[in-house]
Amino acid sequence: MKRTLAFLAGTTALALLSTTAYAETKLTIGTVNNGDMIRMQKLTDDFTKSNPDIKLEWVTLEENVLRQKVTTDIATKGGQFDVLTIGTYEVPIWGKKGWLVPLTKIDDAADLLPAISGGLTVDGKLYAAPFYGESSMVMYRKDLMDKAGLKMPDAPTWKFIAEAAAKMTDKATDTYGVCLRGKAGWGENVAFITATANSFGARWFDEKWHPQFDSPEWKAALDFYVKLLKDSGPPGAAGNGFNENLALFNAGKCGMWIDATVAASFVTNPKDSKVADKVGFALAPDNGLGKRGNWLWAWSLAIPAGSQKAEAAEKFVSWATSKHYTELVASKEGWANVPPGTRSSLYANAEYAKVPFAKMTLDSINAADPVHPTVKPVPYTGVQFVAIPEFQGLGTTVGQTFSAALAGKMTVDEALKSAQDTVTAEMTKAGYIK
Amino acid sequence: MARRATFSRRVTMTAITWVLAFAIFFPILWMIQTSFKSELDAFALPPKFFNFHWTTENYSVVQDRSDYFRFALNSIILSGGATLLGLLVGIPAAWSMAFAPTKNTKQVLLWMLSTKMMPATGVLIPIYVLYQWLGWFDTHIGLIIILFLGNLPIMIWMLYTYFKEIPGEILEAARMDGATRWKEIVYVLAPMAVPGIASTVLLNVILSWNEAFWTLNLTTTTAAPLTAFIASYSSPEGLFWAKLSAASTLAVAPILILGWFSQKQLVRGLTFGAVK
Repeated sequence: MKRTLAFLAGTTALALLSTTAYAETKLTIGTVNNGDMIRMQKLTDDFTKSNPDIKLEWVTLEENVLRQKVTTDIATKGGQFDVLTIGTYEVPIWGKKGWLVPLTKIDDAADLLPAISGGLTVDGKLYAAPFYGESSMVMYRKDLMDKAGLKMPDAPTWKFIAEAAAKMTDKATDTYGVCLRGKAGWGENVAFITATANSFGARWFDEKWHPQFDSPEWKAALDFYVKLLKDSGPPGAAGNGFNENLALFNAGKCGMWIDATVAASFVTNPKDSKVADKVGFALAPDNGLGKRGNWLWAWSLAIPAGSQKAEAAEKFVSWATSKHYTELVASKEGWANVPPGTRSSLYANAEYAKVPFAKMTLDSINAADPVHPTVKPVPYTGVQFVAIPEFQGLGTTVGQTFSAALAGKMTVDEALKSAQDTVTAEMTKAGYIK
Repeated sequence: MARRATFSRRVTMTAITWVLAFAIFFPILWMIQTSFKSELDAFALPPKFFNFHWTTENYSVVQDRSDYFRFALNSIILSGGATLLGLLVGIPAAWSMAFAPTKNTKQVLLWMLSTKMMPATGVLIPIYVLYQWLGWFDTHIGLIIILFLGNLPIMIWMLYTYFKEIPGEILEAARMDGATRWKEIVYVLAPMAVPGIASTVLLNVILSWNEAFWTLNLTTTTAAPLTAFIASYSSPEGLFWAKLSAASTLAVAPILILGWFSQKQLVRGLTFGAVK
C-alpha cells in the first residue's frame, strides 16, 4: 500500500513539474483579413522559434465584425484577446479611456514615421504599434491618359482630374474616366468625401463643435463629387466601395481610381489585374488651398488593458512591427510585399526604392496631417474621420445621405441639410454643443 | 379538351416550378462555381459562367490557412447539442400546452414567440458580461445554451402544432392502461409525432448551424464554428471572392447534404396538418 502511495505521489509530482516546465503562454490575436495580416500569420514560425514558450492563436475576422467584437470585449473588459488589430480611429479614443496598455519596448520607435506614430500617441505615450500605414492617391491608366492626349502631373488638381475623366470616358466600351467610393459607410464613402472636402476647405465641426455641412465649402465639395461621378463615373457608383472599384479597375473599366495606397500592390499584380503594366500613380488632388484630398490610416497592433499576458503580447507586437520582420518578408516574398508606410528606414532602403509605388506612398502619407486636416482649425484629430466615439454612428448616417445624393434620390442641398440637422441633434444630445 | 387543358396546366406549372427552383438555387450554384475560379476570373466582367479555367487551388489554400475540420466539428457539436437540449425541454413543454392547457397557454405561447422579435444586439452587453462572470466565453456549453435558448420558442411552437393534431383520446387510453406521464410522452406521443419531431430537429439543426451573431461574438478559437470560418475570408480591402466562395461551399456542404437526404421528412413535417 505504502509503495503504491509513494508511486502515485511521485508520478503526480513529476506530472506537475513537467507541466510547469512546459507551461506555455497562449496569446489570442484578433486580426483583419487583409493580405499583409495573412502573410504575418504564415511567417510566425520565426517568432515562435525564438519564443517557444509562447503559442499564438489567431482569430481572423472581417473588419466590421472584428471592430464590433473587439469594442464589446474591450469595453466590458472581457479579456478574450491579448493582441488586437485596430485602426487609427480607435487608438486615440481607447488610449484616452485607459483601455490599452502603453507600449514601451517597441523596436526602434524613433524610426516610425511621425505622421503615423502621431496618430497612435496619446499624451506622449504610444498605445499601438503600426503594422502597415496607408494614405490615398490617384491610380491611373497610363495608356488611356496618353490616348486622351494628357499627362498626369505628380500633384494634380481636382480641375485636371475632372477634365481628364471626361476625356477618358468612353461609354461605348464601358470605360469610365473615374471610379470613386459611393457605397454608404463611415469607412467607405465618408472616408473619401471627408478627405476630398478637406481639400475644398470644408470641415466637419468648427472649434465649438458646431457641424459645418451648411457651409459653402461643403456645398462645393459635394456638388463636385456628385457631378464628377455622374459625368464620368461607372453606372451604379452609389453601390461601389473599395472592392467593387478594385474589380472595375483591374478589369480595365476605370481610367482613374482615387483610393487607398495599399491598392497599389493589387493593381500592379499581373495575377490579379488585367492592366498591371499600365498603371501610374500620383498624389491625391488638391484645390489650390494647400490641403490635398488624401487620408491617413494605419492598421496597428495594440494590447488591451484586460490582458493577463501583456509582457508576452508586447514581445509579439514588437516582433511583428520590427525592422527584422520587414527583412523577413522581403527575403521570403520580395520587397513589394513588405508592409508599407510605417518606418523611415524602409524608405531609405535602396531595394525598396525600386518598388514603383514606394515613393508615392511615402509622399502621400507625409502630405496628410491628422491634427490640421483642413484649411480652417478644427477641435478634433483625424483626416477622413473625427476621432470621437460618436463618429461611427454619425458617419454611417451622413454616408447614407451622401450615397442617396449620388444615386439621385435627393439633391445635394437636401443631403447637406439632412446631414447638418442629424449631426447637430446628435452632438447636442451627446453634450458637445452647450 | 378538359384533359388537354389539364395537361397544358401541368406542363406550365412544372415549368414555373423548375424556373423558380433554379432561381432559388442559382446563388448557391454561383458560389460553388466561383470557388473553382481564379481570383481574376471571379470578378471578370462580363461574368464567366462555366467557361473558365477550373482550379481547386482555393480549397487547398483555405485548408492550408484554417483547420476546416475543427470548425466543422464545432458546428456539429453546437447544433447537435442545442437541438438535443431543445428536445429535452421542448417536448414536455409542448405536451403540457397541447394536452393540459390552462387559460394562459395562448398568452405564454405568444410571449415566447415575442422574445424572438427582440434584436440580439440589444442584449449583447448583458449576455457578454454574464458569460464573462460565468467563464463561458469560447466554451461549447456556453454556445449550446445560448443557441438552445434562442431556438426554444420556435421548437415549442412547432412541436405544439404537431401535438395538437394528435387526438387526446389516444393518450387517455394509454393513461387508462396505467402509463405514467413520462411513458405516455416517450412511448405513445413521441412515436406518433415522429415526422413533426424530425422536421423540428432538422430545422433547429439548420438554424443553429447558420446562427452567426452569437457564434461570432462569444467565441474566439476553441468553440468557433463554421460561421467564424467563413467570416475569416471576408474582407472589405482585397478581392478574395474565390477563396470566400470555397470557404462558404465547405461550410454549407454538410447542411446541404443533410437537407437533400432528409427533404422528404422535412417537407412532410412542415406541411403536417396544413391541409384539413
